[in-house]
Amino acid sequence: MTRLQVLSPGPLTTVQDRGRTGWRHLGVAHCGALDATAATLANRLVGNDADEAVLELTLQGPTLQFDRPLRLAICGAGVQARFESATGERCVIESGRPATLPAGVLRVGTLRNGARAWLAFAGGLDVPPVLGSRSTDLRGGFGGHEGRALRSGDALSLRTPRTLACTQAHSPRWWIDPDFDERGLPIRYVPSPQAGGALLDGRQWRAGNRSNRQGLRLEGATLANERPEEISAPVAPGTVQLPPDGQPIVLLADAQTVGGYPRLGHVVAADLPRLAQLRPGDSLRFQACDLQTATHLACAARARIARISLMIERKLIDQKLND
Amino acid sequence: MTAGHDDPLIEAIADDALLLRIGERIDPATNARVHALCGRIRARRPAWLLDLVPAYASVGVFFDPAQIGMEAVTAWLRAQLAASSSAAPAATSAPRTVEIPVVYGGEAGPDLDSAAAELGITAQELVQRHAAGEYVVAMIGFAPGFPYLLGLDPALALPRLATPRTSVPAGSVGIGGAQTGLYPRESPGGWRLLGRTPLALFDPAREPPALLAPGDRVRFLAVDAAP
Repeated sequence: MTRLQVLSPGPLTTVQDRGRTGWRHLGVAHCGALDATAATLANRLVGNDADEAVLELTLQGPTLQFDRPLRLAICGAGVQARFESATGERCVIESGRPATLPAGVLRVGTLRNGARAWLAFAGGLDVPPVLGSRSTDLRGGFGGHEGRALRSGDALSLRTPRTLACTQAHSPRWWIDPDFDERGLPIRYVPSPQAGGALLDGRQWRAGNRSNRQGLRLEGATLANERPEEISAPVAPGTVQLPPDGQPIVLLADAQTVGGYPRLGHVVAADLPRLAQLRPGDSLRFQACDLQTATHLACAARARIARISLMIERKLIDQKLND
Repeated sequence: MTAGHDDPLIEAIADDALLLRIGERIDPATNARVHALCGRIRARRPAWLLDLVPAYASVGVFFDPAQIGMEAVTAWLRAQLAASSSAAPAATSAPRTVEIPVVYGGEAGPDLDSAAAELGITAQELVQRHAAGEYVVAMIGFAPGFPYLLGLDPALALPRLATPRTSVPAGSVGIGGAQTGLYPRESPGGWRLLGRTPLALFDPAREPPALLAPGDRVRFLAVDAAP
């Protein structure tokens, strides 16, 4: 079995899949990759199912050493990872394409144009599913690798599908670039029917540096909080809450299951992946839309990922024929 | 397609999640209606239903948007709401009662004596009255396995600590304001700690992972510390 040795972990590297479903009534958060699309495409690029466990990298990636050849792919924020083989060969690994590597060391380094990226390995990471998912629940302390972010010295196993014979790093000549230039476009949200939802519309916000996988904290001109705190009620990734300080919080994948702050509305599912890429200090603004638009956007996003997945599948088949 | 905008009872909290409001107050009758409705929905097991989250006075419904649209879920839920409010309460299955052994006082309950003094009763009486309560798990949330209990004797309400503890041991039983509850995991906390249970409230490796489920009845049982 191929082993990945973590030489340095990066600020927050966690094991994630598409999240945990069916346990919210027991207070268990959904978790999962903050951009399920990017995680899925990384998996597809190495021939995995969409739900295989991947590494989610934050701001800076890890340095990993492996003792056997493997195939990997990075999607999400851009990065130029550097690889050095055990025999001293060096090359650069680009995002959006699979790379087949001999034993060696991969230094992912700093992410560009975004905050997060997803690193998939052919065969997937061999961590046991907990409550139906391999995602790390950081607050619950379970799932993923020992319920926590990776540390130096950790070793992860890969379920390598077949023995790869690889003596020299190589990548195919094609790559995917699913990142349509959406930076700067407003984040669409459906205002809550209760008063106050329109407050978000059109204003400029900054991503706060206390943001994490649980919530994106917005900083800007304080919103008047006229509604009293409510009885705790279910919330979801995407729900926008307004705490007493008037600085809204958009809940993300690690959202708690219930919350008592007034709700301003919810960010449409299709735009949640873009929130995952905001670095502290980045600016954003919101644009109100209705539920029908949200549904259309979600359908379009699903269709897009299905199209790209099919295209990748064809490319991988062509490649095998030429091997 | 204006679900959530023309009906204050049902509103979207995400593209794939709806919130049904049953009431506006924290009271046992409203919460019993919540659990009755959830029982009815669970019994029908719609294939698109991914998560069903009962809360104090509302229900969260998470669906698979690849299988069904929000409008159809809203219509289905509205029908269940109508049928649930007309059905006899006896239609739901008998709730489970879970006994939770608690070591009160001493190291397990560092605030027992000061809390009793503040209430003007003896520590023994506080233990007896806390353990005599009939509690219901109104909902679970905040953290895995964290129960929100209804049923604390209002005369036992206590303000939270002015300075929360940086670390409260797992299993601690306490009073915070008009609520009582237990900490599933070691965490910071400001509740007055009366005791501790040796039981694990949440263990993802166990089946089921949580000791308590929404709608369960809870009884605290005063026990002596293991020697």
